Amino acid sequence: MKLSGIFLPHNKGTQDSACVKLPLPKTVRIPMLMGIGAPCVPLVIKGDKVKVGDFIGDTDKLMAAPIHSPVSGTVTAVEDHLLLNGRLCKLVVIETDGEQSISPDVMPPNVRDKRSFCDAVRISGCVGLGGAGLPTHIKLNYDQNTRKINCLVINAAECEPYITSDCRTMIEQPDSVVDGIQQTLKYLDIERAVIGIEDNKPEAIRIMTEKTASDGRIEIKVLKSKYPQGAEKVMAYNTTGRLIGDRQLPLDKGLIVMNVSTAAFISDYIRTGMPLVSRRVTVDGDVVGNPMNIEAPIGTPISELLKFADTDIEKAKKILMGGPMMGLCVYDPDTPLIKTNNAILAFGESRKKPQTACISCGRCVSACPIKLMPCRLEKAFDAHDIDTLRRLRADLCMNCGACSYVCPARRSLAEKNQLAKMLIK
Amino acid sequence: MAYYDLDNKGKLTVSPSPHINSSATTRGIMLHVLIALMPALGVSVWVFGIRALILTLWTVVCSVGFEALCCKLRKRPLTVGDLSAAVTGVLLAFNLPSTLPLWEAAIGAFVSIAVVKQLFGGLGQNFANPAIVGRIVLMLSFTADMTHWVKPFDSGVDAVTSATPLVTKEGAYLDLFLGRCGGCLGEVSAAALLVGFIYLLIVKVITPHATLGFVGTVFLFSLIAGEDPVFQILAGGVMLGAVFMATDYVTTPITPLGKIIFGVGCGIITCVIRFYANYAEGVSFSILIMNILTPYIDRFTETKPLGIAKKGAHS
Repeated sequence: MKLSGIFLPHNKGTQDSACVKLPLPKTVRIPMLMGIGAPCVPLVIKGDKVKVGDFIGDTDKLMAAPIHSPVSGTVTAVEDHLLLNGRLCKLVVIETDGEQSISPDVMPPNVRDKRSFCDAVRISGCVGLGGAGLPTHIKLNYDQNTRKINCLVINAAECEPYITSDCRTMIEQPDSVVDGIQQTLKYLDIERAVIGIEDNKPEAIRIMTEKTASDGRIEIKVLKSKYPQGAEKVMAYNTTGRLIGDRQLPLDKGLIVMNVSTAAFISDYIRTGMPLVSRRVTVDGDVVGNPMNIEAPIGTPISELLKFADTDIEKAKKILMGGPMMGLCVYDPDTPLIKTNNAILAFGESRKKPQTACISCGRCVSACPIKLMPCRLEKAFDAHDIDTLRRLRADLCMNCGACSYVCPARRSLAEKNQLAKMLIK
Repeated sequence: MAYYDLDNKGKLTVSPSPHINSSATTRGIMLHVLIALMPALGVSVWVFGIRALILTLWTVVCSVGFEALCCKLRKRPLTVGDLSAAVTGVLLAFNLPSTLPLWEAAIGAFVSIAVVKQLFGGLGQNFANPAIVGRIVLMLSFTADMTHWVKPFDSGVDAVTSATPLVTKEGAYLDLFLGRCGGCLGEVSAAALLVGFIYLLIVKVITPHATLGFVGTVFLFSLIAGEDPVFQILAGGVMLGAVFMATDYVTTPITPLGKIIFGVGCGIITCVIRFYANYAEGVSFSILIMNILTPYIDRFTETKPLGIAKKGAHS
């Protein structure tokens, strides 16, 4: 069986530009929630001095990873912050002192077994760097008595246009990627790993093939550049042939799916003890003068990243966190960079073409990777027909946006489906 | 601070994803269909003379005019720019004999656009193919004029009546294929329709399911019923219906399986009417009946979402 999908323009012009380190920003603003899960509680108050790697947020809730200071400096405020999804959370503002002195807590963890490995990953503040941001230790810390994981899938598809940060990770830190995979295989007692890479990254494929040649457990799987190749279900199926069913997790099929940059980070953390305080991010878009990959501290206002890439922010009509297919619009150019942010895109055009009547052409149905019927779902949603929405399984939609993309009538199919999911909850 | 003051942020657009679109538009699709109809129009002008072109332009003007009028009366945005009314106009003309009086053709356009399309809510809402219903209404209202066929290449004003191949049961394959025979404007040349079919497949406006289902069923049914299968496909409206009517988005099923069922149904009904009923031709009725069944076909051919438990599923 071949999964459906769509072919998008790649626009990966930053693929060959080496990652540049951003000069230290004056202030960083760090939200206490970056991804899926529970928000952290700030551990600092106004006036506290912090160093790089100091804990500034944590919680005893399971679904959360702690947050560390990416800079040394003084906490100037702890305030409310409106997240892009409409939720409120706390935010810690730190004024940098330019020293970047490192916290004494930063030291390589003592990893011996699964338990200590998972603890180390939690303490590192690691979340999935591909976009959704599930705390990584949640994925790794499965019950070994009831489940058997036999394959680690490394998601290096990077199927959205423009984004090249994972690609640069593979080119610039191939040893970290391989080491991260090997450590995960070792401590979780997994037999093998597959790295799924889309075929529009020949350089990354070449380097990863070379670096993994000596380890027979790691396989490189070159995948078609077909969106949404990087969606967890699609990636798992196309690399292993295992279909993650309704209400199932990859764990249920003996799989762990992990983003490639996450694997590289785990290796770096175990080697250096430096928690997740900065990341590589692609800055691109038609009003960006010099599109590039930038390594920046978490909490950096994205306006600084855009300015660093020679962007005329006045011209930007739409600024996205993430790719053009699933990225979120920011309402404020000073929105802070978060852990899950793989791209900042700025566009000078934001006008949406007017929508016309659905002509039942079926393009959305043949585009949907999970074989839903978006045009029917839209009609059912407009009629508030909950029974039909349930029958057509609106709940399975992963909001990849392929349906809206292909619609010749420019209908907001993905948007309606998100609303439908809430309606039938 | 309980609420955020967003007013002073102001200038950025915030909208749900995705933020890009493919270049396909409804207008572009309709334009492809119009282009695909051109070879058949060319052949009909070659066979029936300038009168074929005049009739086609006339039904297009009437269709677009009625569409504009309806939009105005319904106080809706003008939708003639999507070209769907123009497609209906050409298809309606293709279903008429070239000698049909223009005022009768105008009634056909009125039925197609005003009654079948706009009264049901405009583009995307019509339950049946507008051109087909237009043709059927004209057929029942002006039977004599609608079966007044001219001999091919007889461009004289005093047209000589000639029966269609389906009535005479005569006609060399090559003549039927190229269009050297009597009949409605657009149906005479299987070759020209085939060119349009291939064009639509190449530009990915249609899939072959319904067309192949239709033509294949006519072939098999004819074979079993002891009729000449190639003749049954080439003569009359099977090719026109299979390529341009059975592939209409709005009035046919969405899924590939649904499209095949639709095509097979059309083929069976066409043959039953041709072989066992009083009409020489059954394509229009078969498409209308299958149009009416389309919501049911759609209901029973809903896609099975990935990962839903079913028998024999990949696990």
